[in-house]
Amino acid sequence: MNEAAITDLITRLADDALIIAHRNSEWTGLGPMLEEDIAFSSIAQDKLGHAQALYNILHTNFGQPDPDTVAFTRNEAQFRCCHLVELPIGDYAFSLIRHFLHDAAEWVRYEALEQSTVVPLAQLARKIKGEIKYHLFHAKTWVVQLGAQGNEESHARMQSALNETFPLALGMFEPSEFDGELAAAGIYPGEGQVQQRWLELIAPVLEQATLRMPLVEGADLAASYGGRKGYHTVHLQPMLNEMAEVYRIDPAAEW
Amino acid sequence: MTIQSLDPRITRAGIPSEDSRPLEPKEDLDQFETWEVFHQQKRGDFSEHVGSLHAPNAELALVMAKEQYARRFKCVGIWVVRTADILTLNTEDEDIFATNAEKKYRDAGGYRVGNRVSAFKQQQAQAKSEGAA
Repeated sequence: MNEAAITDLITRLADDALIIAHRNSEWTGLGPMLEEDIAFSSIAQDKLGHAQALYNILHTNFGQPDPDTVAFTRNEAQFRCCHLVELPIGDYAFSLIRHFLHDAAEWVRYEALEQSTVVPLAQLARKIKGEIKYHLFHAKTWVVQLGAQGNEESHARMQSALNETFPLALGMFEPSEFDGELAAAGIYPGEGQVQQRWLELIAPVLEQATLRMPLVEGADLAASYGGRKGYHTVHLQPMLNEMAEVYRIDPAAEW
Repeated sequence: MTIQSLDPRITRAGIPSEDSRPLEPKEDLDQFETWEVFHQQKRGDFSEHVGSLHAPNAELALVMAKEQYARRFKCVGIWVVRTADILTLNTEDEDIFATNAEKKYRDAGGYRVGNRVSAFKQQQAQAKSEGAA
């Protein structure tokens, strides 16, 4: 029952986690300061762990292949991640704003999933809650620091990154054909409701950071949709090729 | 010319190779101030000093401390304090730490009270049994 809907939901969650993990890990060794490099890398590793746990649920409970096969052998059309997570790391302002907008959505999603009727999903949501709480704390602190307590340049760069990133962030909440079914079965509240709670969560932080929330009226027209149906930006496939390079040379390699 | 590396991230960054852009020396102390980090491994324990880090302010020092010093092992509490705010005695001045080895007279161990406590208890017990009789 609801198997297609649940598989689609978990694949969306897992693919977002895997791709943002890989993107954020591209900062390892190149971060703006040692402490931040370590913190951001550690956050990326946590997300990779979340992706693995989600692929494991798909494997154990819903008949999907094992996590490595799912992560490393699909092509872009089989991925269900949103466009936001696919983009290259850009400058640190972009990566931080993406981290903030994405992790705020993650917080809202997993908070709702704690009540999910899909037991392994609810268990996972409770298990990783603390990590996501720290990720969001890290993101919020930087956004407020660079928005309100830095200087004119830091504020301008954060605002411009926010303007550029916002339509992509709205793409996280691309409506799904399964939204009604998932909500009715008490599995997941649906993307419309999650987006609303996300807006309520980020608004006070942006205000504290003295950053202007970009357009919300007509947001669905601006939103970068397509990812959840397998239509991606030009950035995803090259990233997948790079991510799977070792796996393709030797699928049994351990490292 | 940009740096071509085995690490595709470096190649993508388009960093000019050194012959076209000489390294500029950085200003001295071009970094954030330092903070000392203390962690508590379980509730009720003392907070122990575990190291230091750089951060621009107290909030970010806490954010960084959590991930630098509490990402691997159990930790239930974190303190940070600006290194400059820690007051110390001059550690070069060894005399001030010098202490007289012979001060047994100040140890509580010097008091012999065990026999007096036993005597008191015995006396109480005796008084009680006499009262009952």
